[in-house]
Amino acid sequence: MKYIDEYRNARLAQTIVQEIQRMQTRPWVIMEVCGGQTHSIVKHGIDRLLPDGIELVHGPGCPVCVTPLETIDKAHAIAARSEVIFCSFGDMLRVPGSRGDLFTLKSRGADVRVVYSPLDCLKIARANPEKKVVFFAVGFETTAPANAMLVHRAKLDGVNNVSILVSHSLVPPSMTYILQSPQNRVQGFLGPGHVCTIMGYREYEPISARYKVPIVITGFEPLDLLQGTLMTVRQLETGTAVTENQYSRVLGHDGNPAARRLLNSVFEVSDRKWRGVGWIPKSGYKLRWEYRCHDAEHLFEVKEIDTKEPAICISGQILKGIKKPHNCPAFGTLCTPLTPLGATMVSAEGACAAYYAYGRHLDKQKPELVNLVGGAA
Amino acid sequence: MCLAIPGKVLEKFDRGGMRMARIQFGGIVREASLDYVQAEVGDYVLVHVGFALSTVDAEEAARAFQLLEEMDQLTELHAPVVDEASARKPQ
Repeated sequence: MKYIDEYRNARLAQTIVQEIQRMQTRPWVIMEVCGGQTHSIVKHGIDRLLPDGIELVHGPGCPVCVTPLETIDKAHAIAARSEVIFCSFGDMLRVPGSRGDLFTLKSRGADVRVVYSPLDCLKIARANPEKKVVFFAVGFETTAPANAMLVHRAKLDGVNNVSILVSHSLVPPSMTYILQSPQNRVQGFLGPGHVCTIMGYREYEPISARYKVPIVITGFEPLDLLQGTLMTVRQLETGTAVTENQYSRVLGHDGNPAARRLLNSVFEVSDRKWRGVGWIPKSGYKLRWEYRCHDAEHLFEVKEIDTKEPAICISGQILKGIKKPHNCPAFGTLCTPLTPLGATMVSAEGACAAYYAYGRHLDKQKPELVNLVGGAA
Repeated sequence: MCLAIPGKVLEKFDRGGMRMARIQFGGIVREASLDYVQAEVGDYVLVHVGFALSTVDAEEAARAFQLLEEMDQLTELHAPVVDEASARKPQ
């Protein structure tokens, strides 16, 4: 069965690529926003399957990557306290802050735990009433409803020794930020399918209209990505700029209203700093005032930490689609997944880590080298 | 970490007013909240960090699961199970 599917998929993939080629009259730059899509594109070589002139650039949609160094340092400072049990998704534990990563802290005796779900923190808090349980609430709109439920249940059930360190980012403001950049190259977007299972795609429509940019909400499978690219190219070639849904078998226009209701009752939109990029207005969540006794930043007074990123790292330009990993002189040499210098190398869903994982640092062909040597962009 | 993983609802139960389920992901079974979706035993749901976010059909679930496995995107399912005993001591 698997082989038949693969055969059929290969044929279908070829047909889509031919259709893009037939339609295309000029070069286009298209950004996929979600880190899961970036990983899939690089693993399956989708970007190399596309006709010359269709360039995929990789956006800021990896939550682990864009969590600011300061926030990781705050996590470190909180987790180091003897009265704290610090809980996190596994991905965040290996991300180095300026004082080391959470795994190292754990090996030195701090009570740092990997959890599957934020709800696990309720069980841990109930079992350890003398401790303060802090959850590292990282993620985009897909993850936020889970973290909102933790805080909602903690308040409802009177579990007062649970708090969250919030680092939530929102996709649409980051796209607007990229489009407003004077150096912007992005002409169309593959929108983040799984984010839209929660949010729907209502909020993308004004972006398409205002910036005259096609946005196609797309899944993460190879055929999804090719089909999303075809739909984007079709819009670009016909001068259309609307938000479309390639992933309609999974999500509808309104997303998940139940999840959004709870999300909005627990969080409110706030300005947020993105690692490698900087502050983006109204691009994140913070806890509402009613939930401040579950806000770790409020409880542990860690607001003053300020940190510096390595000057050589170009992850900010990569996250905005201005440069590619190859353009960085540190890529694959000074900067590797074991010794990451910046945002796009710290998680498998970051563009640099994905390029490295699939051997692109070893490539002889480096078309982007021209940019590096010529100093363009 | 943003990709939801498809699984099959094996059993539904209530925990302190939360609608919960045991969900099968290939050879792994984990609990997840059904508070955000309407799903019955036998349905397939997309689950992210312990929360079902939407329902999908069996074919979609099988194909997406296989791809996520190939992309090494199932690691969250291997996080330790927290029960009453394990919650008391450090990992």
